[in-house]
Amino acid sequence: MHRFANPNRFLKLANAILPWAAGATVILLLAGLYFSLVASPEDYQQGATVRIMYVHVPAAWMALFVYTAMAVASAVALIWKHPVSDLFAKAASPVGAAFTFIALATGAFWGKPMWGTWWVWDARLTSMLILFFLYLGHMALMNAFDDPQRGFRAAAVLALVGVVNVPIIKFSVDWWNTLHQPASVVRMDGPAIDPAMMTPLLLMAFAFKAYFVTVVLLRMRGEIAEAKVRAISMSQVHG
Amino acid sequence: MTRKKRRLYFVGAGMLALFAGAALVLTAFQDNLVFFYSPSDLQAKQVSADQRFRLGGMVEEGTVEKQGDTVRFKVTDYAASTPVTFTGILPDLFREGQGVVAEGKIGSDGVFVASEVLAKHDENYMPPEVADALARQDPAWKEKLGRSVEGVEPAKATN
Repeated sequence: MHRFANPNRFLKLANAILPWAAGATVILLLAGLYFSLVASPEDYQQGATVRIMYVHVPAAWMALFVYTAMAVASAVALIWKHPVSDLFAKAASPVGAAFTFIALATGAFWGKPMWGTWWVWDARLTSMLILFFLYLGHMALMNAFDDPQRGFRAAAVLALVGVVNVPIIKFSVDWWNTLHQPASVVRMDGPAIDPAMMTPLLLMAFAFKAYFVTVVLLRMRGEIAEAKVRAISMSQVHG
Repeated sequence: MTRKKRRLYFVGAGMLALFAGAALVLTAFQDNLVFFYSPSDLQAKQVSADQRFRLGGMVEEGTVEKQGDTVRFKVTDYAASTPVTFTGILPDLFREGQGVVAEGKIGSDGVFVASEVLAKHDENYMPPEVADALARQDPAWKEKLGRSVEGVEPAKATN
């Protein structure tokens, strides 16, 4: 792990992974969309509306996954001062915010025909909205200081404090009465989703993950380039 | 102790305190975080007549009666049940044996007057053929489908 704290070594690794991650995203997304929209059955109660789940659930998983990864990176950045982990947190939070927004929006589109409402203030929906605001706060703090190092530190502390929300989101449907249904896939009794519907769901989940890897590596590459430009122009000003 | 070690312990202790604090707050607010009350909660809690709240549970089988726009049914949690009346458009998923959450007030006659009824979806997802196969084996599933299934006697139309 310490090996890749060096930005130059990290860049070499990122450049090697990028084409594979991008290729995997395209293939998985095409396969996932084909299975979600064409080659999967309608639900016995929801009809074709069930297909919203194939975007909604993977987006919600990614929202939690990205935040957890960001919190781990923030802890590593605070404790061991690895410069690359700060860059990861900076690169990941807008992507995580986008996934959270997609989960909230597609949830509303599904909720209107199925529940009869776009939005309710139950524990799952509210805690997910808080996650969205945490992402926005993280992005704002990152850019709130002239000195990027201070922005990194403040944002890392926020990311760590906000991680409390992650188990609350996951278990909100078990701890309290919610309108949102309980977990269907990651639960004690095994999945409550028919295998024919599990295929598109998992394909889309892996597609989203591959997309995240691709975009985060691209963004981190950009951040490293920006830091280099800043260092060069600083040395010219002072030199 | 090195500085890295000290930072590690500091962050670790901070996280521990944070999670403990969150757990305490959530336990303290347990009752306020509930989205709806079940008919059993209602019996135990004694809510007053003008208090608006949400009532949730299953639509009891064989209790749905429609008169024009008004629908009467009972919400049950299989331990207690509460009669509900509602005037308006029901969501597509509303049927007997299916979960609902109704918002409104309880009248002095013990009937819950709902101003909004939301359908609650459960965690099961399956194609119609699988649901039909389940219904052939288990009559309880038949009610949930709200339509007739080949090989079992027709389920009552509820919607």
